[in-house]
Amino acid sequence: MTTVGHDTTVLLKRSLRHVLRSPDTIITTAITPIAMLLLFVYVFGGAIDVGDQSYVDYLLPGILLVTVASGIAYTAFRLFTDVSGGIVERFQSMPIARSAVLWSHVLTSVVANLTSLVLVVAVALVMGFRSGAGVLAWLGVLAIMVLFTLALTWLAVIPGLTARSVDGVSGFSYPLIFLPFISSAFVPTAGMPGPVRWFAEHQPVTSIVDTIRRLFAEQPVGSDVWVALAWCVGLLVVAYLLAMRTYRAKVA
Amino acid sequence: MTTTHAIEIVGLTKSYGDHDVLKGVDLRVGAGSIHALLGSNGAGKTTAVKILSTLLRPDGGTATVNGYDVAAQPQEVRASISLTGQFAAVDEVLTGRENLVLIAELRRQPAPGAVADGLLARFDLTAAGGKRVATYSGGMRRRLDMAMSLIGDPAVLFLDEPTTGLDPQSRLEVWATVRELAGRGTTVLLTTQYLDEAEQLADRIAVLHEGRIIADGTLADLKQLLPPTTVEYVEKQPTLEDIFLAIVGHGGAHHEGATR
Repeated sequence: MTTVGHDTTVLLKRSLRHVLRSPDTIITTAITPIAMLLLFVYVFGGAIDVGDQSYVDYLLPGILLVTVASGIAYTAFRLFTDVSGGIVERFQSMPIARSAVLWSHVLTSVVANLTSLVLVVAVALVMGFRSGAGVLAWLGVLAIMVLFTLALTWLAVIPGLTARSVDGVSGFSYPLIFLPFISSAFVPTAGMPGPVRWFAEHQPVTSIVDTIRRLFAEQPVGSDVWVALAWCVGLLVVAYLLAMRTYRAKVA
Repeated sequence: MTTTHAIEIVGLTKSYGDHDVLKGVDLRVGAGSIHALLGSNGAGKTTAVKILSTLLRPDGGTATVNGYDVAAQPQEVRASISLTGQFAAVDEVLTGRENLVLIAELRRQPAPGAVADGLLARFDLTAAGGKRVATYSGGMRRRLDMAMSLIGDPAVLFLDEPTTGLDPQSRLEVWATVRELAGRGTTVLLTTQYLDEAEQLADRIAVLHEGRIIADGTLADLKQLLPPTTVEYVEKQPTLEDIFLAIVGHGGAHHEGATR
Protein backbone atom coordinates (compact mmCIF):
# COMPACT_ATOMS: atom_id res chain seq x y z
CA MET A 1 0.00 0.00 0.00
CA THR A 2 1.40 3.39 -0.99
CA THR A 3 0.21 5.13 2.18
CA VAL A 4 2.38 2.90 4.37
CA GLY A 5 5.30 3.44 2.00
CA HIS A 6 4.96 7.21 1.91
CA ASP A 7 4.36 7.68 5.63
CA THR A 8 7.11 5.25 6.61
CA THR A 9 9.56 7.07 4.34
CA VAL A 10 8.71 10.47 5.84
CA LEU A 11 9.07 9.14 9.39
CA LEU A 12 12.21 7.19 8.49
CA LYS A 13 13.85 10.41 7.30
CA ARG A 14 12.96 11.94 10.65
CA SER A 15 14.40 9.19 12.76
CA LEU A 16 17.54 8.84 10.64
CA ARG A 17 18.08 12.54 11.32
CA HIS A 18 17.94 11.72 15.03
CA VAL A 19 20.70 9.17 14.54
CA LEU A 20 22.79 11.52 12.38
CA ARG A 21 22.50 14.25 15.02
CA SER A 22 23.66 11.97 17.80
CA PRO A 23 26.40 9.91 16.14
CA ASP A 24 27.55 9.08 19.66
CA THR A 25 24.80 6.41 19.77
CA ILE A 26 26.50 4.58 16.87
CA ILE A 27 29.90 4.92 18.54
CA THR A 28 28.59 3.85 21.96
CA THR A 29 26.97 0.87 20.30
CA ALA A 30 30.30 -0.12 18.74
CA ILE A 31 32.44 0.55 21.83
CA THR A 32 31.33 -2.43 23.94
CA PRO A 33 31.94 -4.99 21.18
CA ILE A 34 35.21 -3.33 20.18
CA ALA A 35 36.39 -3.40 23.81
CA MET A 36 35.50 -7.11 23.98
CA LEU A 37 37.36 -7.69 20.73
CA LEU A 38 40.51 -6.01 22.10
CA LEU A 39 40.24 -7.73 25.48
CA PHE A 40 39.73 -11.21 24.13
CA VAL A 41 42.21 -11.01 21.27
CA TYR A 42 45.07 -9.36 23.21
CA VAL A 43 44.47 -10.58 26.78
CA PHE A 44 42.55 -13.87 26.91
CA GLY A 45 43.04 -14.98 23.32
CA GLY A 46 46.50 -16.43 23.85
CA ALA A 47 45.10 -18.90 26.36
CA ILE A 48 42.22 -20.03 24.18
CA ASP A 49 42.82 -22.90 21.76
CA VAL A 50 40.78 -22.58 18.60
CA GLY A 51 42.90 -24.85 16.40
CA ASP A 52 44.90 -23.43 13.52
CA GLN A 53 42.57 -20.45 13.02
CA SER A 54 43.69 -17.01 14.25
CA TYR A 55 41.70 -15.99 17.31
CA VAL A 56 40.43 -12.71 15.84
CA ASP A 57 39.00 -14.66 12.89
CA TYR A 58 37.36 -17.04 15.35
CA LEU A 59 35.97 -14.26 17.53
CA LEU A 60 34.57 -11.73 15.05
CA PRO A 61 31.26 -13.49 14.22
CA GLY A 62 30.27 -13.56 17.90
CA ILE A 63 31.30 -9.92 18.33
CA LEU A 64 29.01 -8.98 15.45
CA LEU A 65 26.06 -10.46 17.36
CA VAL A 66 27.10 -8.58 20.53
CA THR A 67 27.14 -5.37 18.47
CA VAL A 68 23.54 -5.83 17.40
CA ALA A 69 22.47 -6.84 20.90
CA SER A 70 23.91 -3.60 22.30
CA GLY A 71 22.62 -1.50 19.38
CA ILE A 72 18.96 -2.39 19.77
CA ALA A 73 18.96 -0.77 23.22
CA TYR A 74 18.97 2.55 21.34
CA THR A 75 16.10 1.40 19.15
CA ALA A 76 14.04 0.79 22.29
CA PHE A 77 15.23 4.10 23.72
CA ARG A 78 14.26 6.11 20.62
CA LEU A 79 10.81 4.55 20.55
CA PHE A 80 10.36 5.09 24.30
CA THR A 81 11.29 8.78 23.90
CA ASP A 82 8.68 9.18 21.17
CA VAL A 83 5.97 7.44 23.17
CA SER A 84 6.62 9.27 26.43
CA GLY A 85 7.07 12.64 24.69
CA GLY A 86 3.58 12.46 23.18
CA ILE A 87 4.67 12.66 19.56
CA VAL A 88 3.38 9.15 18.88
CA GLU A 89 -0.07 10.32 20.03
CA ARG A 90 0.19 13.25 17.64
CA PHE A 91 1.03 10.87 14.76
CA GLN A 92 -1.76 8.49 15.76
CA SER A 93 -4.34 11.27 15.71
CA MET A 94 -3.35 12.07 12.12
CA PRO A 95 -4.64 10.35 8.98
CA ILE A 96 -1.49 8.29 8.40
CA ALA A 97 -0.81 4.56 8.12
CA ARG A 98 -1.06 2.98 11.57
CA SER A 99 2.10 0.89 11.32
CA ALA A 100 4.30 3.62 9.80
CA VAL A 101 5.55 4.78 13.22
CA LEU A 102 6.87 1.31 14.10
CA TRP A 103 8.29 0.53 10.67
CA SER A 104 10.24 3.78 10.58
CA HIS A 105 11.89 2.89 13.90
CA VAL A 106 12.59 -0.67 12.77
CA LEU A 107 14.24 0.43 9.52
CA THR A 108 16.25 3.07 11.37
CA SER A 109 17.45 0.34 13.71
CA VAL A 110 18.65 -1.75 10.76
CA VAL A 111 20.54 1.20 9.25
CA ALA A 112 22.11 2.23 12.58
CA ASN A 113 23.14 -1.33 13.47
CA LEU A 114 24.65 -2.00 10.04
CA THR A 115 26.71 1.19 10.43
CA SER A 116 27.98 0.00 13.82
CA LEU A 117 28.76 -3.41 12.31
CA VAL A 118 30.87 -1.80 9.57
CA LEU A 119 32.78 0.07 12.28
CA VAL A 120 33.45 -3.14 14.23
CA VAL A 121 34.56 -5.03 11.10
CA ALA A 122 36.91 -2.15 10.26
CA VAL A 123 38.55 -2.39 13.70
CA ALA A 124 38.81 -6.18 13.31
CA LEU A 125 40.55 -5.71 9.95
CA VAL A 126 43.11 -3.45 11.60
CA MET A 127 43.60 -6.12 14.27
CA GLY A 128 44.43 -8.69 11.63
CA PHE A 129 41.07 -10.21 10.73
CA ARG A 130 41.30 -11.70 7.25
CA SER A 131 38.78 -13.54 5.13
CA GLY A 132 39.05 -14.83 1.59
CA ALA A 133 35.27 -14.99 1.38
CA GLY A 134 33.78 -14.03 -1.98
CA VAL A 135 30.94 -11.63 -2.66
CA LEU A 136 28.33 -14.36 -2.25
CA ALA A 137 29.62 -15.39 1.17
CA TRP A 138 29.72 -11.74 2.35
CA LEU A 139 26.16 -11.28 1.10
CA GLY A 140 25.26 -14.39 3.08
CA VAL A 141 26.78 -12.84 6.23
CA LEU A 142 24.94 -9.59 5.52
CA ALA A 143 21.64 -11.41 5.06
CA ILE A 144 22.01 -13.27 8.36
CA MET A 145 22.98 -10.07 10.21
CA VAL A 146 19.99 -8.19 8.77
CA LEU A 147 17.64 -11.01 9.76
CA PHE A 148 19.17 -11.16 13.25
CA THR A 149 18.91 -7.36 13.59
CA LEU A 150 15.27 -7.39 12.51
CA ALA A 151 14.46 -10.14 15.00
CA LEU A 152 16.13 -8.34 17.90
CA THR A 153 14.70 -4.98 16.81
CA TRP A 154 11.12 -6.23 16.93
CA LEU A 155 11.95 -7.65 20.35
CA ALA A 156 13.24 -4.20 21.38
CA VAL A 157 10.00 -2.59 20.20
CA ILE A 158 8.16 -4.25 23.09
CA PRO A 159 10.05 -2.54 25.96
CA GLY A 160 10.17 0.62 23.83
CA LEU A 161 6.37 0.70 23.89
CA THR A 162 5.74 -0.52 27.42
CA ALA A 163 8.63 0.72 29.59
CA ARG A 164 7.84 3.26 32.28
CA SER A 165 11.36 4.58 32.72
CA VAL A 166 14.56 4.95 30.73
CA ASP A 167 16.26 2.32 32.92
CA GLY A 168 13.57 -0.21 32.10
CA VAL A 169 14.11 0.42 28.42
CA SER A 170 17.79 -0.39 28.25
CA GLY A 171 17.80 -3.14 30.90
CA PHE A 172 16.33 -5.78 28.61
CA SER A 173 19.37 -5.85 26.34
CA TYR A 174 21.87 -6.97 29.02
CA PRO A 175 20.87 -10.67 28.91
CA LEU A 176 21.13 -10.53 25.12
CA ILE A 177 24.69 -9.18 25.33
CA PHE A 178 25.52 -11.91 27.84
CA LEU A 179 24.07 -14.81 25.84
CA PRO A 180 27.04 -15.12 23.42
CA PHE A 181 29.31 -15.96 26.38
CA ILE A 182 27.53 -19.28 26.82
CA SER A 183 27.96 -20.28 23.19
CA SER A 184 30.73 -21.03 20.73
CA ALA A 185 31.29 -17.28 20.22
CA PHE A 186 34.31 -16.87 22.55
CA VAL A 187 35.54 -20.40 23.19
CA PRO A 188 34.77 -23.76 21.55
CA THR A 189 31.92 -25.56 23.31
CA ALA A 190 33.92 -28.81 23.50
CA GLY A 191 35.63 -27.78 26.74
CA MET A 192 32.42 -26.90 28.61
CA PRO A 193 30.93 -29.22 31.28
CA GLY A 194 27.89 -31.35 30.19
CA PRO A 195 24.76 -29.25 30.87
CA VAL A 196 26.45 -25.94 29.99
CA ARG A 197 27.72 -27.46 26.77
CA TRP A 198 24.25 -28.79 25.94
CA PHE A 199 22.77 -25.32 26.47
CA ALA A 200 25.54 -23.64 24.48
CA GLU A 201 25.08 -25.96 21.54
CA HIS A 202 21.31 -25.60 21.44
CA GLN A 203 20.88 -21.86 21.82
CA PRO A 204 20.60 -19.62 18.75
CA VAL A 205 23.93 -17.82 19.08
CA THR A 206 26.06 -20.92 18.44
CA SER A 207 24.42 -21.90 15.15
CA ILE A 208 24.47 -18.31 13.87
CA VAL A 209 28.09 -17.76 14.91
CA ASP A 210 29.19 -21.10 13.41
CA THR A 211 27.46 -20.30 10.12
CA ILE A 212 29.08 -16.88 9.80
CA ARG A 213 32.47 -18.34 10.78
CA ARG A 214 32.23 -20.93 8.02
CA LEU A 215 31.16 -18.31 5.48
CA PHE A 216 34.20 -16.19 6.37
CA ALA A 217 36.47 -19.26 6.25
CA GLU A 218 35.14 -20.34 2.82
CA GLN A 219 33.93 -23.64 4.22
CA PRO A 220 30.65 -25.37 3.40
CA VAL A 221 28.05 -24.11 5.92
CA GLY A 222 26.43 -27.52 6.30
CA SER A 223 23.18 -27.94 8.19
CA ASP A 224 24.06 -25.18 10.67
CA VAL A 225 22.79 -22.54 8.27
CA TRP A 226 19.27 -23.97 8.41
CA VAL A 227 19.30 -24.07 12.20
CA ALA A 228 20.58 -20.47 12.22
CA LEU A 229 17.93 -19.30 9.75
CA ALA A 230 15.20 -21.14 11.64
CA TRP A 231 16.23 -19.38 14.87
CA CYS A 232 16.37 -15.95 13.20
CA VAL A 233 13.09 -16.28 11.33
CA GLY A 234 11.35 -17.95 14.28
CA LEU A 235 12.49 -15.23 16.68
CA LEU A 236 11.57 -12.57 14.13
CA VAL A 237 8.02 -13.89 13.67
CA VAL A 238 7.38 -14.29 17.40
CA ALA A 239 8.85 -10.87 18.25
CA TYR A 240 6.93 -9.21 15.39
CA LEU A 241 3.60 -10.69 16.48
CA LEU A 242 4.17 -9.78 20.14
CA ALA A 243 5.29 -6.26 19.26
CA MET A 244 2.28 -5.70 16.99
CA ARG A 245 -0.05 -6.99 19.67
CA THR A 246 1.52 -4.64 22.22
CA TYR A 247 1.24 -1.78 19.74
CA ARG A 248 -2.43 -2.39 18.99
CA ALA A 249 -3.25 -2.63 22.68
CA LYS A 250 -1.42 0.64 23.20
CA VAL A 251 -2.84 2.71 20.35
CA ALA A 252 -6.38 1.21 20.39
CA MET B 1 -23.12 15.15 6.85
CA THR B 2 -25.67 17.93 7.03
CA THR B 3 -25.26 18.35 10.75
CA THR B 4 -24.59 21.81 12.12
CA HIS B 5 -22.83 20.20 15.03
CA ALA B 6 -19.13 19.59 14.54
CA ILE B 7 -19.05 17.30 17.56
CA GLU B 8 -21.90 15.20 18.94
CA ILE B 9 -21.40 13.03 21.99
CA VAL B 10 -24.18 10.84 23.35
CA GLY B 11 -23.96 8.73 26.51
CA LEU B 12 -20.18 8.34 26.32
CA THR B 13 -18.69 6.03 28.95
CA LYS B 14 -15.14 4.94 29.69
CA SER B 15 -13.63 3.06 32.63
CA TYR B 16 -10.13 2.05 33.57
CA GLY B 17 -10.56 -1.17 35.50
CA ASP B 18 -13.23 -0.42 38.11
CA HIS B 19 -12.58 3.31 37.94
CA ASP B 20 -15.35 4.99 35.92
CA VAL B 21 -13.88 8.08 34.30
CA LEU B 22 -16.76 9.01 32.01
CA LYS B 23 -20.20 8.02 33.23
CA GLY B 24 -22.41 9.07 30.33
CA VAL B 25 -21.23 12.31 28.74
CA ASP B 26 -23.59 14.19 26.40
CA LEU B 27 -22.31 17.21 24.52
CA ARG B 28 -22.94 19.04 21.27
CA VAL B 29 -20.46 21.49 19.84
CA GLY B 30 -21.69 23.83 17.12
CA ALA B 31 -19.62 24.14 13.95
CA GLY B 32 -17.26 27.11 14.07
CA SER B 33 -17.67 27.74 17.78
CA ILE B 34 -15.25 27.64 20.68
CA HIS B 35 -16.52 25.28 23.34
CA ALA B 36 -14.69 25.01 26.62
CA LEU B 37 -14.73 21.80 28.62
CA LEU B 38 -14.13 22.96 32.13
CA GLY B 39 -13.22 20.63 34.95
CA SER B 40 -10.77 20.01 37.73
CA ASN B 41 -7.85 17.60 37.43
CA GLY B 42 -9.08 14.04 37.00
CA ALA B 43 -12.55 15.09 35.86
CA GLY B 44 -12.09 13.13 32.61
CA LYS B 45 -11.36 16.00 30.22
CA THR B 46 -8.30 14.39 28.67
CA THR B 47 -10.05 11.02 28.41
CA ALA B 48 -12.90 12.66 26.50
CA VAL B 49 -10.48 14.40 24.13
CA LYS B 50 -8.54 11.18 23.55
CA ILE B 51 -11.75 9.37 22.59
CA LEU B 52 -12.76 12.18 20.23
CA SER B 53 -9.33 12.14 18.59
CA THR B 54 -9.47 8.31 18.14
CA LEU B 55 -6.64 7.60 20.57
CA LEU B 56 -8.92 5.72 22.95
CA ARG B 57 -11.95 3.54 22.32
CA PRO B 58 -15.07 4.38 24.31
CA ASP B 59 -16.74 1.61 26.35
CA GLY B 60 -20.23 2.83 25.52
CA GLY B 61 -22.16 5.60 23.85
CA THR B 62 -21.39 7.28 20.54
CA ALA B 63 -19.33 10.22 19.41
CA THR B 64 -19.22 11.81 15.99
CA VAL B 65 -16.72 14.41 14.84
CA ASN B 66 -17.36 16.35 11.64
CA GLY B 67 -20.13 13.84 10.93
CA TYR B 68 -17.92 10.74 11.28
CA ASP B 69 -18.24 8.15 14.01
CA VAL B 70 -15.03 7.92 16.06
CA ALA B 71 -15.30 4.16 16.49
CA ALA B 72 -16.50 3.18 12.99
CA GLN B 73 -14.72 5.77 10.83
CA PRO B 74 -11.54 6.68 12.71
CA GLN B 75 -9.51 7.46 9.60
CA GLU B 76 -12.13 9.99 8.38
CA VAL B 77 -12.20 11.54 11.85
CA ARG B 78 -8.39 11.84 11.83
CA ALA B 79 -8.55 13.62 8.48
CA SER B 80 -10.93 16.17 10.03
CA ILE B 81 -9.12 16.98 13.26
CA SER B 82 -5.95 18.11 14.90
CA LEU B 83 -4.93 17.44 18.46
CA THR B 84 -2.75 19.64 20.60
CA GLY B 85 -2.10 17.54 23.65
CA GLN B 86 -1.44 18.56 27.20
CA PHE B 87 2.32 18.51 26.73
CA ALA B 88 3.78 20.06 23.61
CA ALA B 89 4.29 17.07 21.32
CA VAL B 90 7.13 18.43 19.26
CA ASP B 91 10.34 16.78 18.09
CA GLU B 92 13.18 18.26 20.15
CA VAL B 93 15.97 16.96 17.95
CA LEU B 94 14.57 18.58 14.81
CA THR B 95 14.44 22.31 14.15
CA GLY B 96 11.13 24.17 14.30
CA ARG B 97 10.97 24.30 10.53
CA GLU B 98 11.73 20.59 10.19
CA ASN B 99 8.90 19.83 12.62
CA LEU B 100 6.47 21.76 10.45
CA VAL B 101 7.74 20.19 7.22
CA LEU B 102 7.39 16.74 8.79
CA ILE B 103 3.72 17.26 9.61
CA ALA B 104 3.07 18.94 6.24
CA GLU B 105 4.55 15.92 4.45
CA LEU B 106 2.50 13.50 6.53
CA ARG B 107 -0.62 15.52 5.73
CA ARG B 108 0.28 15.41 2.04
CA GLN B 109 0.56 19.15 1.54
CA PRO B 110 1.71 19.99 -2.00
CA ALA B 111 4.43 22.44 -0.85
CA PRO B 112 5.59 21.47 2.67
CA GLY B 113 8.42 24.00 2.74
CA ALA B 114 6.16 26.92 1.89
CA VAL B 115 3.58 25.78 4.47
CA ALA B 116 6.32 25.67 7.10
CA ASP B 117 7.68 29.12 6.26
CA GLY B 118 4.19 30.63 6.29
CA LEU B 119 3.45 29.22 9.74
CA LEU B 120 6.84 30.23 11.14
CA ALA B 121 6.08 33.81 10.12
CA ARG B 122 2.53 33.67 11.46
CA PHE B 123 3.64 32.36 14.84
CA ASP B 124 6.61 34.69 15.14
CA LEU B 125 9.10 31.83 14.93
CA THR B 126 10.95 32.74 11.73
CA ALA B 127 14.16 33.66 13.55
CA ALA B 128 14.08 30.45 15.59
CA GLY B 129 12.97 28.25 12.66
CA GLY B 130 16.45 26.90 11.99
CA LYS B 131 17.25 26.15 15.64
CA ARG B 132 16.63 22.84 17.35
CA VAL B 133 13.44 22.77 19.39
CA ALA B 134 15.42 21.62 22.44
CA THR B 135 16.60 25.24 22.74
CA TYR B 136 13.05 26.71 22.66
CA SER B 137 11.24 28.23 25.63
CA GLY B 138 7.93 26.81 26.85
CA GLY B 139 5.94 29.49 25.05
CA MET B 140 7.81 28.93 21.78
CA ARG B 141 7.21 25.20 22.00
CA ARG B 142 3.52 25.73 22.52
CA ARG B 143 3.36 28.12 19.57
CA LEU B 144 5.17 25.59 17.39
CA ASP B 145 2.86 22.89 18.68
CA MET B 146 -0.20 24.89 17.68
CA ALA B 147 1.33 25.80 14.32
CA MET B 148 1.85 22.08 13.65
CA SER B 149 -1.81 21.47 14.50
CA LEU B 150 -3.02 23.96 11.91
CA ILE B 151 -1.34 22.29 8.93
CA GLY B 152 -3.93 21.01 6.49
CA ASP B 153 -6.67 23.28 7.90
CA PRO B 154 -8.47 20.73 10.08
CA ALA B 155 -12.17 21.41 10.59
CA VAL B 156 -12.01 20.61 14.29
CA LEU B 157 -9.21 21.43 16.67
CA PHE B 158 -8.82 19.83 20.09
CA LEU B 159 -6.77 21.83 22.54
CA ASP B 160 -6.10 19.91 25.73
CA GLU B 161 -5.14 22.42 28.43
CA PRO B 162 -3.29 24.62 25.95
CA THR B 163 -2.03 27.14 28.50
CA THR B 164 -1.14 24.91 31.44
CA GLY B 165 2.40 25.70 32.51
CA LEU B 166 2.73 28.81 30.33
CA ASP B 167 3.71 32.26 31.52
CA PRO B 168 1.04 35.00 31.27
CA GLN B 169 2.39 36.47 28.03
CA SER B 170 2.47 33.14 26.20
CA ARG B 171 -1.00 32.52 27.54
CA LEU B 172 -2.32 35.69 25.93
CA GLU B 173 -0.64 34.69 22.66
CA VAL B 174 -2.36 31.31 22.71
CA TRP B 175 -5.69 32.99 23.40
CA ALA B 176 -5.19 35.33 20.45
CA THR B 177 -4.44 32.38 18.17
CA VAL B 178 -7.53 30.49 19.30
CA ARG B 179 -9.73 33.52 18.66
CA GLU B 180 -8.22 33.99 15.23
CA LEU B 181 -8.89 30.35 14.36
CA ALA B 182 -12.49 30.50 15.44
CA GLY B 183 -12.82 33.62 13.33
CA ARG B 184 -11.83 31.54 10.29
CA GLY B 185 -14.51 28.94 11.00
CA THR B 186 -12.49 26.27 12.80
CA THR B 187 -14.39 24.49 15.55
CA VAL B 188 -12.37 24.46 18.76
CA LEU B 189 -12.94 22.17 21.72
CA LEU B 190 -10.75 23.40 24.50
CA THR B 191 -10.23 21.77 27.86
CA THR B 192 -9.11 23.89 30.74
CA GLN B 193 -9.05 24.05 34.49
CA TYR B 194 -8.81 27.84 34.44
CA LEU B 195 -12.15 29.54 34.84
CA ASP B 196 -10.94 32.81 33.35
CA GLU B 197 -9.71 31.01 30.24
CA ALA B 198 -13.15 29.56 29.62
CA GLU B 199 -14.71 32.92 30.34
CA GLN B 200 -12.37 34.78 27.98
CA LEU B 201 -12.42 32.43 25.02
CA ALA B 202 -15.46 30.24 24.87
CA ASP B 203 -18.81 30.76 23.17
CA ARG B 204 -20.16 27.99 25.32
CA ILE B 205 -18.86 26.35 28.45
CA ALA B 206 -19.53 22.78 29.56
CA VAL B 207 -18.63 21.75 33.07
CA LEU B 208 -17.40 18.18 33.37
CA HIS B 209 -17.58 16.92 36.92
CA GLU B 210 -17.12 13.34 38.13
CA GLY B 211 -17.62 11.92 34.65
CA ARG B 212 -20.74 13.85 33.68
CA ILE B 213 -21.58 17.21 32.11
CA ILE B 214 -23.31 19.02 34.95
CA ALA B 215 -23.79 22.35 33.19
CA ASP B 216 -23.58 23.51 29.58
CA GLY B 217 -24.38 26.90 28.09
CA THR B 218 -23.16 30.39 27.39
CA LEU B 219 -21.55 32.35 30.16
CA ALA B 220 -24.86 34.26 30.52
CA ASP B 221 -26.75 30.95 30.82
CA LEU B 222 -24.39 29.74 33.49
CA LYS B 223 -24.68 32.99 35.42
CA GLN B 224 -28.42 32.48 35.63
CA LEU B 225 -27.81 29.31 37.59
CA LEU B 226 -26.80 31.58 40.46
CA PRO B 227 -29.04 33.87 42.48
CA PRO B 228 -29.55 37.38 40.99
CA THR B 229 -26.60 39.74 41.22
CA THR B 230 -26.45 42.09 44.17
CA VAL B 231 -24.62 45.38 43.86
CA GLU B 232 -21.79 46.03 46.25
CA TYR B 233 -19.07 48.64 46.13
CA VAL B 234 -15.65 47.09 46.24
CA GLU B 235 -12.43 48.94 45.60
CA LYS B 236 -10.84 47.41 42.50
CA GLN B 237 -7.40 46.04 43.27
CA PRO B 238 -5.10 45.02 40.43
CA THR B 239 -4.49 41.29 40.24
CA LEU B 240 -0.93 40.10 40.36
CA GLU B 241 -1.33 39.20 36.69
CA ASP B 242 -2.28 42.79 35.86
CA ILE B 243 0.78 44.02 37.69
CA PHE B 244 3.08 41.52 36.08
CA LEU B 245 1.88 42.32 32.59
CA ALA B 246 2.07 46.05 33.21
CA ILE B 247 5.63 46.06 34.49
CA VAL B 248 6.94 43.80 31.74
CA GLY B 249 5.19 46.06 29.24
CA HIS B 250 2.45 43.88 27.78
CA GLY B 251 -1.17 44.99 27.57
CA GLY B 252 -0.62 47.26 30.53
CA ALA B 253 -2.48 50.24 29.10
CA HIS B 254 -5.99 49.06 29.95
CA HIS B 255 -5.04 47.74 33.36
CA GLU B 256 -5.39 51.16 34.95
CA GLY B 257 -4.99 49.94 38.47
CA ALA B 258 -1.43 48.92 37.78
CA THR B 259 -0.03 51.82 35.76
CA ARG B 260 1.68 53.55 38.65
